[in-house]
Amino acid sequence: MSDRQAVFDTVSAQIEPFNKKGVSLTDATTFAGDLEWDSLTVMDFVAAIEDAFDIIITMNMQAEIETVGQLVDAVIKLRGEG
Amino acid sequence: MGDTMDQTATSMRIAPAGTDLLSRFDPLIAEREALLATGVRDPFAIVMDEVKSPTLAVIKGKETILLGTYNYMGMTFDPDVIAAGKQALDSFGSGTTGSRVLNGTYQGHKECEDALKAFYGTQHAMVFSTGYQANLGMISTLAGKGDYIVLDADSHASIYDGCALGNAEIVRFRHNSVEDLDKRLGRLPAEAQKLVVLEGVYSMLGDIAPLREMVAAVRKHPNCMILVDEAHGMGFFGKNGRGVYEELGVEDEIDFVVGTFSKSVGTVGGFCVSDHPKFEVLRLVCRPYVFTASLPPSVVATAAASIRKLMHAADKRAHLWENSQRLHKGLVDLGFKLGTDRPQSAIIAVILEDQTQAVAMWQALLELGLYVNMARPPATPAGTYLLRCSLCAEHSSAQVGQILEMFAAAGRLTGAIPG
Repeated sequence: MSDRQAVFDTVSAQIEPFNKKGVSLTDATTFAGDLEWDSLTVMDFVAAIEDAFDIIITMNMQAEIETVGQLVDAVIKLRGEG
Repeated sequence: MGDTMDQTATSMRIAPAGTDLLSRFDPLIAEREALLATGVRDPFAIVMDEVKSPTLAVIKGKETILLGTYNYMGMTFDPDVIAAGKQALDSFGSGTTGSRVLNGTYQGHKECEDALKAFYGTQHAMVFSTGYQANLGMISTLAGKGDYIVLDADSHASIYDGCALGNAEIVRFRHNSVEDLDKRLGRLPAEAQKLVVLEGVYSMLGDIAPLREMVAAVRKHPNCMILVDEAHGMGFFGKNGRGVYEELGVEDEIDFVVGTFSKSVGTVGGFCVSDHPKFEVLRLVCRPYVFTASLPPSVVATAAASIRKLMHAADKRAHLWENSQRLHKGLVDLGFKLGTDRPQSAIIAVILEDQTQAVAMWQALLELGLYVNMARPPATPAGTYLLRCSLCAEHSSAQVGQILEMFAAAGRLTGAIPG
């Protein structure tokens, strides 16, 4: 299993508690559109991701992340810097 | 303008039906129309026709107890405050027509800053035109590109907007979580400069911040400055009424305190106080301070008079605390769900099931003669619908009794509490 797949799996596991509609997840899944998350859900989810990977995703970065794939890539980049 | 104003007259372009810039608000327009179609009054369009005292107004001909203002210390009708304002209006005119850094600093603005320095015991004080602008200005100016702002997720809109106006990196932590704050600071680059923004009292639920523990967590990390917004704490908390940071004994760890004149002080305006040796330079670089007109002379005169009186308001503070405890206990006994388990501030939030119940309850109270604030997402945490009550030191014990009777009646009428 590639590193990217491992990160994708962890991100997916973190999405599950907030995935009320049971949307199946791919790189292209959008948080606002497909998962229909509001800003409060995003806040809780981001905190969970930060703790899972021991990283910080600033609000500035969050504004650029719209899809699951973009989040996976951002996590990989942030972990590399850490 | 004539005295026979035609309410249907137009003189500007009327946009044709179809998509334009305002179309993004269509969902909100539809939600409001649906709500108002049920026959309820609009919670966001109340007009106070007469204001008789800090605790009493006339709304649509009905005398109404005010339990949804920020007039915590009841200073708005204080005779000394009114007299100071009238005198300044006569002596200095209706407005300054200029910026604080050009023609807009009068003797009264300096006196107001002197009153703040005396109240807070600090070397420096800077008066802004509103509390919103004080946060906007301080936060956007202090933290620049490459710096970090670390803030509580439930921060007031003015704090978020201050972040948006500046160029720093923004990091949130879970509301009032010391552990979460500590963890996030630990993940930031040690060499980076950081501004931690906290509030003494969070205005939606009326809960206070564990500042002692939070300050200790912050001080474990290098290059951190702390700004505390005491908008809802000034006047009420601490021996000198400075705020929650005074009450919890962390004054010597706080770099900046931001506050407002539109709550306990009883007028309008904002400020920041500090003992930082380089504080005064901020007057030249803080855009929301520089590029707006200064407060009118009457406003700074009323603020200065009120602040000096608040230095000796221990009795009022005690009565406000008594009122808050009694209302909190009374509402719990009636069966209402409140924002905090015990009274923590002069704000008591009644949590309701949904918008329909909240509006029904709000309207029932209004018809009985009680005004409270209705608050809804996104202003509220965790998507809750609240009736927010804020007490005043001028509420009499009899009024608190009446308030509880009205809550009992409205609660039973709307099914918010068991009949």
